[in-house]
Order: sequence, then C-alpha cells, then structure tokens
Amino acid sequence: MNNDTLIPKIGVVTDIRQDTPDVKTFRVVAPEGGKVFEHMPGQCAMLSMPGVGEAMFSITSSPTNKEFMEFSIKKCGCLTEWLHAMEVGQQITIRGPYGNAFPVEGDLKGKDLLFIAGGIGLAPLRSVINYVRDNRANYGDVQVIYGSRSKDDLVDYKEIIDEWMADPNIRVDLTIDNPQEGWDGHVGFVPNYVKELAPSTSKTVLVCGPPIMIKFTLAGLKELGFTETQVYTTMELRMKCGVGKCGRCNIGNKYVCKDGPVFRFDQLGELPDEY
Amino acid sequence: MLKISKSRLGELFDAVAAKQTLYIPTDREPGAAEYKKYESGMELTKELNTVRSAKDFFFPQTENLADFRIDGKNIEVRDIREECGDFVVFGVRACDARSFTILDKVFLCEPVDSFYKNRRDHGTVVTMACSRPAETCFCQTFGIDPTSPEGDAACFDDGESIFFKANTEKGQAFIDSIASLLEEGDTAKLDEVNAKTKEIMAKLPLAKLSTGNFGGDKLNEYFNSDKWAELSEACLGCGTCTFVCPTCQCYDIRDFNTGHGIKRFRCWDSCMYSDFTKMAHGNPRLTQLERFRQRFMHKLVYFPANNNGEFGCVGCGRCLAKCPISMNIVKVMKALEEK
Repeated sequence: MNNDTLIPKIGVVTDIRQDTPDVKTFRVVAPEGGKVFEHMPGQCAMLSMPGVGEAMFSITSSPTNKEFMEFSIKKCGCLTEWLHAMEVGQQITIRGPYGNAFPVEGDLKGKDLLFIAGGIGLAPLRSVINYVRDNRANYGDVQVIYGSRSKDDLVDYKEIIDEWMADPNIRVDLTIDNPQEGWDGHVGFVPNYVKELAPSTSKTVLVCGPPIMIKFTLAGLKELGFTETQVYTTMELRMKCGVGKCGRCNIGNKYVCKDGPVFRFDQLGELPDEY
Repeated sequence: MLKISKSRLGELFDAVAAKQTLYIPTDREPGAAEYKKYESGMELTKELNTVRSAKDFFFPQTENLADFRIDGKNIEVRDIREECGDFVVFGVRACDARSFTILDKVFLCEPVDSFYKNRRDHGTVVTMACSRPAETCFCQTFGIDPTSPEGDAACFDDGESIFFKANTEKGQAFIDSIASLLEEGDTAKLDEVNAKTKEIMAKLPLAKLSTGNFGGDKLNEYFNSDKWAELSEACLGCGTCTFVCPTCQCYDIRDFNTGHGIKRFRCWDSCMYSDFTKMAHGNPRLTQLERFRQRFMHKLVYFPANNNGEFGCVGCGRCLAKCPISMNIVKVMKALEEK
C-alpha cells in the first residue's frame, strides 16, 4: 500500500534552545540523520507525541539549512507543555510538509522586502528571512521590523544580534512594548513603530504576529500608502489532517492547511471574516 | 434485462455471501433498517432507507490509523494497514450511491486517503431503484434519478422480480458471478413501475426545491445573511444531522493509550460541536450560529465552489427526519432564498 500522509515519520530532537520564558526552539532530524523531509519557507509540519496530541507548527528553519529542521514553539496547551518538558534525544513523530509557502521563487523574487513580526510571529518569517539571506542576490532591500512584549520575549534574539544585525545587507529594527533596564532600543508597539519608520511603499510586506497586531499593522500600512496586494501573512487555525479533508481549518471555501497558510491580504479580503 | 424472482432472492444472497462479505439493509426493529452482514435467512428490509447512511462502508465511524510503541525516548510507528477483503453492499439507494462520489472528491483527491481508497477498491456497490419515495425525499433537487441509481450495478424491483444492470466493470463482474441464478426477463412491468415512481416524485412536497440560488458565487451574500441568527437559535449542537448525513466527512484524530501502546484513531467529528475549531489561543466559531452556518455554507456554497458546482447534499432526507428541533437544510435553503 502507498504511503499515507496520516502515518507519521520519526523525528529525533537533537537540540533544545530556551528562546524566551515561554518559547523553546527544537531541532529535529531523521533517526538516520539529515532532514525528515524538504520544505519551502512558510510551510508547516504536524508534530506529535503519541498519546499526548498532534498539532501543526510552522517550520522556522530555512530550507537552505541542509542538516536539520527547527520549530519555535510557545508553551500554551497540552502538547506544547509536553514538548517543553522533553529532553534532547527524545523522539517525536512528524509529518508534512503541509500548505503553500511564501512565494520566494515567485512574486517575491527581485522585490524589496519588509518583514514585520510580533512575538512568536517571527517563527514562520525566520524561515523566509534566512532563505533570502542565503539567496541574497535574488532580492532587493531587506528590512525586518520585530517587536515583542519585552527584551526577554524576543525570539531568536541571539541570531538577530549575532547574525542579522551583523549582516550589512539587511536592516533590523527592534522594539519592545515597555521600557526595560538594559534596553536602549526603541520602545513602543509594532504597528506604531512601522508608521514611525515609514518604509517605502515600493516594498513587499510579510507580516506575522498576534491577530490584533496584524490588524493594526495592516491599517498602518494602508495609511502609509501600501495596498493589500503588497502584503502577505500566514494564518493559523485548528487542524487535524493537514491536507484539506478533516474539514475544520476552512475560511470560506479555502483550507488554511492546503490553500494557505500563506495568504495575500487581497485574497483574504474575499473570504468571510471568520478567523 | 437479467432478473431473478423475488422469492429466490435468498438463494442469490447465499451465493454472493459464499464468495465475499455481503451487507444488506435489514430491519433492526420495525420501522428502523440498518446494514448488516448477511447471514443465511436474513431478509431485505421493506423500509425505503436505512436510519444511518451507507458511508460507514468506506468511511467508518471509527478506524485505527496507526499504532505506536513507546520505549524510553524512542517511538516505533506501526503501519497497521491491511488490504481489505472484497465485499458487496446490496440495496443502496440512489441518494447514498451519489454520496460516495461526493466523498470520493474529498478522499481520493491528492493526497489520496489510502484507508478510504482501500475500501472503495474492494467494495462493490449494488444499488436498488426506489419505487416509493418519501415525503422527506428531495434527491431530484440534486439531479439524482432514484429510478436509475448509480453504483457499480443497479437493481430494479417490479414487484415480482429484481432486475440487474451493470454500470461499471465491477458491477458486471458481480452480475457475472451470479449469472447462473438469473434469467432474461421482460421489463414492461418495470417501465410501468418507474413511470409511476416519477409521477409520485413530481407530487412530493419538496419536488420544487431548487439549487438555482446556491453555489460558489454566493459566498459573501449568504455568509453575511441576517437569517442565520433565527435559523440557528434553537440548534442544540447535538451533531445528529452530521452523523446521519451521507456526505458529512469531517473527522478527528485522537490517540488512546491501551496500556500496551498507543492507538491512533480517526473518528467522525462534527462542525456543530463547540470544540471543533477550538485552539489554545481562541476559537473562530464561538457560538452555535457560526457552527450552524459553517455546515450549511459548506454544503451549499463552499463545496460547489471547490467542486465544479456539485453540492454537498444528496437529498436523502435523513436530517429532516432526525433533527430533534426539526431544523434542516430545506428550511435553510428556503430562508436564505427569501430576500
């Protein structure tokens, strides 16, 4: 019988990084080494601990990383609590990749890119950012605006400081919600910071974060003169199958697992407001 | 057309059951029919249709997807799939037969669901034409002709004999396998029965129900209709409609710890349930209005939008008969159509 996508493969957790007080980044490889499967930036995978639960997570590592996949996961439910409690060497199950991807080899090619992320919303965008950094000649200007509640809640802070900010080919603007000792950077919410920075409307925008942040960011971008066709986001709804058959992650007639998770705002605008 | 006298139907069932598993609709209790594995002497029901639909044969209410063994930090995934044995489902009505082609669109599109396909490949659907459609029937709304059902082979009852017609190769193989019991028969009386059935259908209470005002292009118009509040007000969220529905195919995946390992199951789920879309960070369908709307929008708008205009309903009428608050897709269609 042919392989069935519902029957998962084994992944071994080879590294666990405490990113923020409630976010850990897990490195996953196949038991024989190497990646369990290939993916494109923005795609997701179903991770599970049998008996505990199974859920969809975006793959935060770039496909240009040939050795492993990474998942940045916030502790917020049964399965994620279990994952946060596990140790290096633990096996989990993994299946995918699922969903479409950011059009890194399509519409985004040759464009000036603006990434806007809030909190754990950096996880899916990190895959794109590192893909773009590894294929730098294919894209124009790259700017990242990233904010979180506090300095401690900035996911991938070390990579941002050591690699992205050290990279002369991309610009990174960080912000935190409230003043904090040891922080001399910008303070304020992401949507306001975007308006202050007033990026050029020639840019193509990729935004991800809490729903309220996305809403105000989109409104701010429109004030600056951006149109919905320039702005991409990635969605998250409850999923069981990952392939558009179990019937629950739809927004109108589109399944987030299969037709998404990446949508352009003009495409989302045609769908009912039920997400 | 080849036929068998109804008095010899038991012989035919015995012959089929000798070679493969046979399921027929039989009376569980007076007035309530269900599909059962045929055993010699079992009689075909005289009810128009079964209480539950026939979708269980291909998409069972519960099925084991995989087993896991946990040993320390290691996990073993066990693929427990086996090739399914050949089976025949006899007496499926035209509405339920059409539901299989609707389920096919979900489960056989890429990536193919191997669990469903396994059963589809090994199952032969033998349908039975209707001669006494009920007041709750509206299959004709969806272009289904109950006097000429789909399925691998179709049967027709003229009162004295059952006639057989092959629709597919699998159906022809079924008829060939019982050919020694069949004889050539005259269909004159059958034509009369079918003509009479069509007369009854034209007079059914729902005969005029049309899908003309529904389809993929009605997405925003109907999603934003102010009728949903009133329509969904009394909905209990019990999910009966989704369970008896032959085309409802939403499912859940859950693990069960047996004490000797983990079993992963797929079970029917219902968009009418409050936890169907519930996530750690919230729920996009907070009230019964959103859940109720989802079910009907799916059948009347989303499904046709994704499937070349085909609707996700076959007009079997089970939800009309079973909803505890007497709400159903017909009332929803009529209310939405009112401007």
